[in-house]
Amino acid sequence: MSASILIEPVYLLACVSFILALKRMSRPQTAASGMVFAGLAMAAAIAVTFAIPGMRNFALMAVAMALGGGAAYYAAKKVAMTGMPQMVAIYNGMGGGAAGAIGALELLRGATGVAGAFSAAGGIIGAVSISGSVIAFLKLQGWMREKAIVYPLQKASNLVLLAAAVAAGAFCAIHPSREILTVFFLLSTAFGFLMTVPIGGADMPVVISLYNALTGVAVAMDGFAIGNFAMMIAGTLVGAAGSLLTLLMAKAMNRSIPSILFGGFGATEQDSGDIAGSLKSIEPSDAALMLGYAGKVIVIPGYGLAVAQAQQKVKELMDALEAKGVTVKFGIHPVAGRMPGHMDVLLAEAKVPYDHLFDRDEINAEFSNADVALVIGANDVVNPSAHRAGSPLYGMPILDAEQAKNVIVLKRGKGRGFAGIENELFYKDNTRMLYGDAQESVSKLIQALKDV
Amino acid sequence: MITGMWASLTIVILAAFTGYEVISRVPVMLHTPLMSGSNFIHGIVLVGAMIALGHARTPLEQAVGFVAVALAAANVAGGYVVTDRILRMFCKAKE
Repeated sequence: MSASILIEPVYLLACVSFILALKRMSRPQTAASGMVFAGLAMAAAIAVTFAIPGMRNFALMAVAMALGGGAAYYAAKKVAMTGMPQMVAIYNGMGGGAAGAIGALELLRGATGVAGAFSAAGGIIGAVSISGSVIAFLKLQGWMREKAIVYPLQKASNLVLLAAAVAAGAFCAIHPSREILTVFFLLSTAFGFLMTVPIGGADMPVVISLYNALTGVAVAMDGFAIGNFAMMIAGTLVGAAGSLLTLLMAKAMNRSIPSILFGGFGATEQDSGDIAGSLKSIEPSDAALMLGYAGKVIVIPGYGLAVAQAQQKVKELMDALEAKGVTVKFGIHPVAGRMPGHMDVLLAEAKVPYDHLFDRDEINAEFSNADVALVIGANDVVNPSAHRAGSPLYGMPILDAEQAKNVIVLKRGKGRGFAGIENELFYKDNTRMLYGDAQESVSKLIQALKDV
Repeated sequence: MITGMWASLTIVILAAFTGYEVISRVPVMLHTPLMSGSNFIHGIVLVGAMIALGHARTPLEQAVGFVAVALAAANVAGGYVVTDRILRMFCKAKE
């Protein structure tokens, strides 16, 4: 067993590489190389694990790895860039499921005392992570009602469920019992489902990030239970980094974690009250005229652009406008496209240069001297009612499109945004609505620009 | 030399601080790739799943271990490909 002396040094090296990888991934210039670090570290850690003395079931192991890994590899290659958020959710959930299964196995073998407690902790957190992530996936994929689902006594019944799950887990960790173990996992899974159901689609990125952190913690707990320090370190690392990332994301949306988890935000359509003005539509040719003769245009892309896969067309529109001497900038809201940074990725895919993308703080000062703010499939992130106390959106950082001389809004229909709130911006005197699928509307604009 | 529980606790607390410090100054546009990247890193659960299946004796233990390995392998493979695809977009944009 000469290879087994390599196990611990390789695990240590892998842990160091994971830390370096995270560090590199937090800067745009080094992000891609960071992932290579992490990949190599993971491959090495997996390879030496085969050399652990006394292992068996290698054939089963190979089949499971080929099945799970192969299917995930294929699906991840095939999915469109717009589907990335839910793919992160589902793969994270699978990691949580694996962590839960390891906890279950340890308890099944009769782990008690400290090891039993850590196994039960890994079990419940892992089970909540996989069931919650499945709901997040279904909501983002559109296979389940995206709005928050609320019913009477929801919080109380969830709390009882959680308490029952914890009690069952504690019981298993003291007196090994196969029946109670089954009940423990059923309760934990049910809790994961039910705690995610009342969360609306708009808050899902934060929730996915939270489950990502939870999976990290579950992995660390399992690491404690089976005495594997690579899992302890990598799991804790993700748990801590993921928790911070969750807070940063929530902050970018001006939402607090408790209000996301227990708020049922966006469940009911708010009454819009009285909004002065009316919705005024515009023809593509007139919109093109307005854009073509503008000095500066700020584009505000939103989820509608992502859904319509219009990023390529938007790049063409940018080129057409720049050919006419118009300055084009992109104002990217932190949560545009549903997940922080998602819009940057989509525009990067369409080869929009990096230096054209500006975040909220940079671009807000520029709206007052922009001739046109072109809102493409965005809604809540430009809703000025966020500035008014009493609005459900109050306090959310927004892009101040209303300060531009003219606003053109490309929108599929007259519906409301995720928050279910009417948008005053659309009713302003200097706002014009161009209805239709974002990709078609932008194509029409490009056509019409040729005649300007 | 510290051993057992205290050694583990020390490792975990230091790792927690490291995780916190390492990403505390990340720009918003990297939130998604970073989340996806850390999603890949907790794929280290595959190591635990392999050990669990590797020591399974009864058919029930084998079944649970098999599920654990399959799910963990999906976490690793899917997490890597998704992150890689997202980061590739950034590289293209810089050129």
